[in-house]
Parts: sequence; structure tokens; C-alpha cells
Amino acid sequence: MSNTSPLYIHGTSRISAGTTWKDEQQRFRHPDPKTESFLPALYHALQLNYPKWYKMDRLSQLGILAVDLLLKDSFNSEDYDPSEVAIVLSNSHSSLDTDARFVEQLADIPSPATFVYTLPNIMIGEIGIRHGFKGEQGCFVTAAPDVKFMEQYVQSLFAEGRTKRCITGWIDLFRDDYEAVLFLVGPETKDNIIHSAFNKENLYQYLYHEQGAVN
Amino acid sequence: MSREQLIEDLKRQIVAQLNLQVQPESINADEPLFNEGLGLDSIDALELIVLMQQNYKIRLVNAEDGPKVFQSIGTMADFILENQAEQN
Amino acid sequence: MSAPVYIAGLGAISGIGNDVAENFRALREGRAGLSAIRYLDTVHKNTFPAGEVKSSNEELAERCGWMGSDSRTAMLGYLAAREALDDAGINGSVAYRTGLISATSVGGMDLTEHFYPHFLANNSGGKLRQVVEHECGAVTEKMAAALQVTDFVSTVSTACSSSANAIMLGARMIRNGLLDVVIAGGTDALSCFTLNGFNALMILDQQLCQPFDQQRRGLNLGEGAGFIVLVSEAVAKDLSKPAYAKLTGYANANDAYHQTASSPDGTGSFLAMKGALEMSGLQASDIDYINLHGTGTQNNDASESTAIRRIFGNSLPRMSSTKSFTGHTLAACGGLEAVYSIKAMEQQCLLPGLRISKPVIEEEGVMVNEFTNGIPVKNILSNSFGFGGNCSSLIFSAI
Repeated sequence: MSNTSPLYIHGTSRISAGTTWKDEQQRFRHPDPKTESFLPALYHALQLNYPKWYKMDRLSQLGILAVDLLLKDSFNSEDYDPSEVAIVLSNSHSSLDTDARFVEQLADIPSPATFVYTLPNIMIGEIGIRHGFKGEQGCFVTAAPDVKFMEQYVQSLFAEGRTKRCITGWIDLFRDDYEAVLFLVGPETKDNIIHSAFNKENLYQYLYHEQGAVN
Repeated sequence: MSREQLIEDLKRQIVAQLNLQVQPESINADEPLFNEGLGLDSIDALELIVLMQQNYKIRLVNAEDGPKVFQSIGTMADFILENQAEQN
Repeated sequence: MSAPVYIAGLGAISGIGNDVAENFRALREGRAGLSAIRYLDTVHKNTFPAGEVKSSNEELAERCGWMGSDSRTAMLGYLAAREALDDAGINGSVAYRTGLISATSVGGMDLTEHFYPHFLANNSGGKLRQVVEHECGAVTEKMAAALQVTDFVSTVSTACSSSANAIMLGARMIRNGLLDVVIAGGTDALSCFTLNGFNALMILDQQLCQPFDQQRRGLNLGEGAGFIVLVSEAVAKDLSKPAYAKLTGYANANDAYHQTASSPDGTGSFLAMKGALEMSGLQASDIDYINLHGTGTQNNDASESTAIRRIFGNSLPRMSSTKSFTGHTLAACGGLEAVYSIKAMEQQCLLPGLRISKPVIEEEGVMVNEFTNGIPVKNILSNSFGFGGNCSSLIFSAI
């Protein structure tokens, strides 16, 4: 590897079962954790004001919310060129939630607006459109979060030199089960508070422990 | 059906089908649907084709005719009325 | 300077042939594999031509030596990956750390479509065996088991750039010393899901597609699989025959413009090509041939040609879209086109694009419209762009 300056987790977000966390703090909580009622409630709580959100599929909606939660107060877009921000996500259900809707429509006239979301990386495209990120993106389908792979992949991305910040993590949704756990990763910079080292131990801690205390 | 009634129906159907965050009454029948105005995109155009097929049994076969037909809700209503007349 | 990555084996199956040799012969003879749909059960059979692999599931199963209950996607993928591994002469006698990275967008959807009508009619109907390979990863797992690859198995799903990204991931794992050998590429079978979906987007051509022609009307879907065997320098030296080429550059970027449409100025494709060139250390003028993404839709070809002009200015390399032969094989296209590009380099020839009468790029001789022999080809750029704004470029270089 050519360039191996140490990487840090500069921020985290988590959304699951009707509750959200930003870094280690619990933020928004909604009495009805069902996908249909929770996602719009969180949209309002985060004051997104992004009407296009309503036209997306539910996986993209979850992704947009998780990224907005992650970046708020942790990221200044003016510090980076659009091609320096990468997005590397994984999940286990791919776009199955939307695939199933599309298959139901095949009997009648299928909706083009549903079809376009029958790929998990459309969610990454939507995140890119919202924030103008034009760096590398990848989407991996794994049965469970693979922390060793995430660590290696993101490290090799930075080692190639184009990437200055990377949004990585897990965004999964199927019917009423959803979970988003995101990390903002990058080398140390002057005006950033360092949360913790980016390594598989810390990823594991956060991904596999409720409330995600990183320590 | 009168043109006015058709236009009001279309406003409601479009807002519902495209998940738009506007009140149907607030749409002007002559304002552009794409770019400025309602700000629709190419996927929305395809949804409008599906909408006409489902609700009015009218098929738009050539996507290239889209820009003319979908200029505004008014032009969409005119297209539907013309084609319904042909069918009858 | 990072460790180099070599290409030691090739495997392909598509509408124009069951192996690399048959594919190359069709490209040389200008024979497209696009025709009325014969194997997929669909109401659009005679509406849209497609590039089907000319074998039934039973015939494919027999070639795989499998039971006949597997997804067409898995069978196509296995046949191409097996060919690539055999071609590299890697037979398991030396214990290399070996990975399989396969890309797919439909996975086992073809079997799910057989299951669904029975299940919908009756809640206890349908054979459950037909849905176990639905998920994309299950197809890769099936292939890995048959290839006896256990060290690393992964699936990439980023629409039509998937297999280019699988090749990128494989190269990275070798460069970082995590694996010695990676079988990387992609596979997708034709399915009603994709056919109806692309029809809903109104981007299918009812005639044979004409990529990079001003009269283009849309794309034809195809199916198939393309895999290459990537190896480290140490393994390349170890093998009994010389490697074909080196992978010298790759990059991925997001267009950040629209869910499915490409931006008019081709931002994503521009950034991908620029990134790959920078990594390779080559000048734009060093590229001898571009295997275009070239789907044949108004939008892709306009955007891609704009991005190419931004990179290459007035000194445009020669280029063509082999999708005019195979149709658009979605997650398999980057793998198949990598195989075609490397074969073109091996044979020192340029592959044609078919049915171009008024080229999008009008400069004399830029669009290759017939098979051209005896051309020095040292560096090839291969583009693959996918929905979601996902754009990837690979550069293959002669050793």
C-alpha cells in the first residue's frame, strides 16, 4: 500500500426500531416503529425539506435520513471536492422491499418509478444527488455486516489517494424491519474532533451492540 | 366530461401518483410540468404515460410525443379529449 | 508504485457464443446474436429482439454437470468462470489464496418467476427449491462451491457497472496482498423482471439496436457471463503460460444527477475515465481503443460521447460498442467486454460496432465499423456505466 495514514471515525449514526442515535447520543424516538409511520416522522423531525424524498423507495428514504443524521454538525461540504467523498454501503436484503412491490405490479401496468428502485445502489445514487457527492461508491450484499471486509475495503480506497472522506456502513430494510448504521471515516484533520480509530474492532462494537457505544 | 372537470381530476391524480408535496388546487393548468413549474423529470413522464393508460385507456406509443403532450396539465387534458373522441 | 495485477485467464458465454473462441469468431465475422426471444417465456417474445444464450436450461445444466434445478444466472456464471480458471491453468495443485467476486443484478430471479404463478394461485403451491437462489449472493455461493473457491467469495450489485466493479475489487485485494488469485466478472440471465422493467422505462428498441448512431432508438437486452482471472505478479511468474495483459487503471465515480439518466455533460463517466487514466500513468493519447458502454439509448450515448470529447479533445481513439452484437447484458457486460478487450489486444485487432450509418462521433475512422486486423493495440479503455449514476472505467495494458 502506498499511503497508509491512520483513519478515524469522525461521526456515527444509527436508526433502528423507531429510535435514532447520532454519535453516542439517543436523538429522535417515535412511539410507532412501523416503517410506514416512522420514516415520515423522522423526516419531519430532521426538518429535511427535500420534497423529492417522498418520491423515493423506502430503502432510499432510510438511506437519505441516515446520511443527513450522520453529516449534521460533522461534515462541512465546502472542505471537499465532490469527487473526494466516497460512499460504500452494504446490506442483506438488497432492494427486496421494492422488488416485491414491482413484481406485484407486473400483473397490471408496472410503474417505471418503482422499477428504477429495484437496485440497492440507487439508494447510493440518491445520496449522491442530495449532497452532490461524485466520488467512488460501492454496494455489497452480505448476510450480516462484514467488519473485516469493510475495514480493508475502505482502507484500500483511501490508500489510492482520491478519497478524503468516506460514508460507510449498513443500510437494510425489508417490510417493517430496518436498520441503518453509518460511519463517517477519514484521516485526521485539524478542526475535527476525533471519535475513535477506524478499525474492525470499533466497527464491530458499534454494529453489533445496541446503542453503539464506541469506546 | 368537461375540460374543466378533467383538469381538476388530472391535478389530483398526478399529485397522488407522483407523490408530489403540493395541493392539487395550487397547480395552474397552464404552468409547465417539467423543469420549472412542477419540476418533473423523465421518470415522472413515464408515470404520466402509465396514468393515462390506467385511468383513461389512452396509450402514448412514442416517447418522443411526450414533451408536446405533457407540456402542461391543459395540454394533457386536450390530448385525452381528442383521443377519447377518436375512440368513440 | 503499487503492485501490478495481471490477467491470466478469460471466460465468456453470451448470445454470440458458448466460449471465448466462439465469441471472438462472431466478433471477427460481424455476426450479431440478437433475435426474437425463444427461451424466456414472455408476452413480449416477438416484440423485442434480445441476445439470448442459445441453450435451454436443461442443456446448460448438462454442460455444468448439475442437476437442472439451478438458476440460469448461476449456470452461465459457472460456465464462464470455469473456462477462465481452466484457461489460466490454475487447477488447485498449488494452494493460492483464491477469491470469486461475481456481479449480478437479477440473481436467481429467473427461477422465482417460475415459482410465483403457482404460489400466487395456491399458498402451498410452487416448489420452494426454486426460490433458494433468488438472492444475488446465493448465485455466487453456488458458483463458488462448484469451483471449490473458499478463501473469499463476494457479490457486487451496482446495476450495469457491477462486473467492472467486481474486477476493481479483485484488483484491490491482490494489490493489498489479501489474495493471490481472483476470478472476477459478472453474470445475468434474461428475466421477465428486467424485460418488463426496461420496457416500462421505454428504452427498449423493437428493432436491432444501433449504439452510437444518430438514429438510435434504444437498447436490446442480452444475457451471459464474462469472467477474467486476476493474479499477482508472483503467481503470473509461476504459471505455465504468459499472462494476457495488465490491469493498469481503474476508477469509479458517481454522476450524482438522476436515478437512471446520465447527466448531459457526462460528469460521472468523465470522472471515471479521468481517474483510471491518472492511476495508469498514461496520457489520453496512449489509449488505442475504447470499448464503449454504448447501450444505444439516446441518453447514454449522448452523455458518454460528451465525456469522451472532454477527455480526448480532438485526438479521439478508435472506439466501438460490442453491445451491437450481444445486447446489453447488464451486470455481465463489464466482464464480457473486459474479455473482448483483452482478446483484441492479444490478437492486435479492433472490434467493430454494427449497424452504424450516421455515427454520433462523425470524425472519419473514429467509430470502428468493421473488424480491423494488424493494428498495434497497447492500451484499451473499457467503460461500464450503471443506474444510480454508478460509472466505472478499466484500462488494460499490454505487458
